[in-house]
Amino acid sequence: MDAHVAQLQMQYRNYILSLYQQGFLDDQFTELKSLQDDGSPDFVAEVLSLFFDDCVKLVGNMARALDQTGTVDFCQVGANVHQLKGSSSSVGAKRVKGLCINFKELCEAKNYEGCVRCLQQVDIEYKTLKAKLQDMFNLEKQIVQAGGIVPQVDIN
Amino acid sequence: MMEVCNCIEPQWPADELLMKYQYISDFFIAVAYFSIPLELIYFVKKSAVFPYRWVLVQFGAFIVLCGATHLINLWTFTTHSRTVALVMTTAKVLTAVVSCATALMLVHIIPDLLSVKTRELFLKNKAAELDREMGLIRTQEETGRHVRMLTHEIRSTLDRHTILKTTLVELGRTLALEECALWMPTRTGLELQLSYTLRQQHPVEYTVPIQLPVINQVFGTSRAVKISPNSPVARLRPVSGKYLLGEVVAVRVPLLHLSNFQINDWPELSTKRYALMVLMLPSDSARQWHVHELELVEVVADQVAVALSHAAILEESMRARDLLMEQNVALDIARREAETAIRARNDFLAVMNHEMRTPMHAIIALSSLLQETELTPEQRLMVETVLKSSSLLATLMNDVLDLSRLEDGSLQLELGTFNLHTLFREVLNLIKPIAVIKKLPITLNLAPDLPEFVVGDEKRLMQIILNIVGNAVKFSKQGSISVTALVTKSDNRAPPDFFVVPTGSHFYLRVKVKDLGAGINPQDIPKLFTKFAQTQSLATRSSGGSGLGLAISKRFVNLMEGNIWIESEGVGKGCTAIFDVKLGISNESKQSGIPKVPANPQHVNFAGLKVLVMDENGVSRMVTKGLLVHLGCEVTTVSSNEECLRVVSHEHRVVFMDVCTPGAENYQIALRIHEKFTKRHQMTLLAALTGNTDKPTKEKCMSFGLDGVLLKPVSLDNMRNVLSDLLEHRVLYEAM
Repeated sequence: MDAHVAQLQMQYRNYILSLYQQGFLDDQFTELKSLQDDGSPDFVAEVLSLFFDDCVKLVGNMARALDQTGTVDFCQVGANVHQLKGSSSSVGAKRVKGLCINFKELCEAKNYEGCVRCLQQVDIEYKTLKAKLQDMFNLEKQIVQAGGIVPQVDIN
Repeated sequence: MMEVCNCIEPQWPADELLMKYQYISDFFIAVAYFSIPLELIYFVKKSAVFPYRWVLVQFGAFIVLCGATHLINLWTFTTHSRTVALVMTTAKVLTAVVSCATALMLVHIIPDLLSVKTRELFLKNKAAELDREMGLIRTQEETGRHVRMLTHEIRSTLDRHTILKTTLVELGRTLALEECALWMPTRTGLELQLSYTLRQQHPVEYTVPIQLPVINQVFGTSRAVKISPNSPVARLRPVSGKYLLGEVVAVRVPLLHLSNFQINDWPELSTKRYALMVLMLPSDSARQWHVHELELVEVVADQVAVALSHAAILEESMRARDLLMEQNVALDIARREAETAIRARNDFLAVMNHEMRTPMHAIIALSSLLQETELTPEQRLMVETVLKSSSLLATLMNDVLDLSRLEDGSLQLELGTFNLHTLFREVLNLIKPIAVIKKLPITLNLAPDLPEFVVGDEKRLMQIILNIVGNAVKFSKQGSISVTALVTKSDNRAPPDFFVVPTGSHFYLRVKVKDLGAGINPQDIPKLFTKFAQTQSLATRSSGGSGLGLAISKRFVNLMEGNIWIESEGVGKGCTAIFDVKLGISNESKQSGIPKVPANPQHVNFAGLKVLVMDENGVSRMVTKGLLVHLGCEVTTVSSNEECLRVVSHEHRVVFMDVCTPGAENYQIALRIHEKFTKRHQMTLLAALTGNTDKPTKEKCMSFGLDGVLLKPVSLDNMRNVLSDLLEHRVLYEAM
């Protein structure tokens, strides 16, 4: 049992490290995790689910705004991008935030093709992140079920 | 009875002819006498001015009466009556009276008339004189005009050749000269060389020794001097016999050095250089040099001198400017090269820093690990050597890197509070093993007034002390080593501009390390602190070290606003290393490790602190709330400006507002909140959460009355610090 837990923990640790190394997450995510304590045990999960809901909503808005035949309201798109950027930086979604920065520039340049492409990338990216974090949560659950405690991963 | 007549009876009838002539003459006389006044009157009336009217009348009367007399005489030739005689007598009497009166009058008048004549003569003379003077003035004015024109021409250019050429041309024109030449002194100053002439296009290279009497004569005075046309300076052309050479005048032209250019005062120095200007009148013209022409020449010569000086000054300044530009370019290139070199070195160091340290650490770590395992003695020895060598190498790398950073000035001291007494003891513990092996007793003396807890760079201070004490141990073969630490109040050993004054929160620590070892030649002392320099003896060479230690220590000491020096009485007499550094006195009796701030803010208890968070972004809102809840605050969240205004109350001590959504609306909220609470003493603190903290954003926040700016995303520690600072100091503008 201990070996299994240890192995799971090792797996978890490596997974988390890989997420950081691949640039999916940054220090803000660490901060977020540090806020989770006995007072709010599901803090991270709540924040993340809120974030992904936000993503869905904002991406939908942007898709609709860009789908408009006739003149595209780049200001509206820009506002949505701004929101998404804020959200992603708050949770530490590094790649999404990076894409948002590019997206914002494209909006200001009123580059329609670029915006459409960027939106697609954002879509892919947040979904990927969602999947990865889901895996992470699953691992956590497994560890807890196996009787172990979720290890604190030190990035440095 | 016959009347007695008094008239004379004619004596003889033969005199009838005579009578007849008398008669006729009398008649004509009368006529003339009558006509003269008429003529007079006529002409006087014609002329405008005749001052003596009265005289005229008198004279007229006189003449008329004379005429009348002679007329009446006509009647007396024949027998005439008494009335005629009476009339005759009356006329004669009257005539007599008038004539006498006239005669008397004339005595007065004739001198007057004569004097009028003299006055007239006098005035004529005067007029002639004035005419002459007018002529003179006109000539002078002409001359002046010529001079002005010449000067203008000469001074209109700053080119030396043009100046001289123009001078000659203009002079030639103004004075109608045949030839005009300029002789300049050669470089040696012994000869005059014909430099410019008016008529001849290419003057022959013609020189004349400068010591000729005629030249000396001309140079001796500032006036234009007439010289003989046969003198060497004037003989410019081959002379054909039939010419009668025109008069020649020569004048000196001072060549001024730049330094003695004084406007009104030409100092008469014998070392002055002069040029000679020779002017020749046309031959066969019998023209003479007039005074005003000579004056003109003198004035022109002076002007030329001035113009030449100006030209020289200009040349000089142009040359200087060109030189400066060249130097500038060279300096620029040198600077750029230096910058490139520095950049190259920094790049190299950056690479070295990372790339080389990593394998280094690997080697050291693994060697240490290897030491822990089972090894044969030979293997152990080998591993120890590897370890020692790699430690040395690591130290060397660190030293070199430190030194470069120190020299760049990019090294900053890491200040912290630490225990000074403990530091010394640690250093000694580190050195003791080596000292014991070398049988060198070390003693430590800490002054009783040495503060225990101080503020400074602990690591680097240790490095300095370690280096100095290490050197003492290294270079001593016998004797003892003493380390003394004290607080220094005044210093009579350091350079005079280094005043050591213990201020309230700082003091100067002095450390003296005395050894009785090899000692140092006083001549070598200055070299000690230079990089990579070592003293020669083999013994020292074998103990290793790169020679960087003292140089680095000196840099650190200087960074700590201190001074370091070594005293030694000579080889074999030991030496003392002394250094002073500035340290801060800490108020803490425990190590708190908070840098720089003397009054450490305690962790403010945030429990129950009411905070309002306004953020349109749900995720950010949740994260910020989570942060604050973690710190123990009671958090209310709102998602719009209006809601914020509605909900905010005086119970909320701090309001965090997200201001990074585009639009200035957010800042207006700050104003409205301020308006709401102006009457309260306990003002709500407002802080902005924003995506960028550049200067315009900060200034905007300040202008809207916000107490602080925070960069999103906020970390827990930052939030904690911000809150405590806000509550303590009421204002925070953090550069994050």
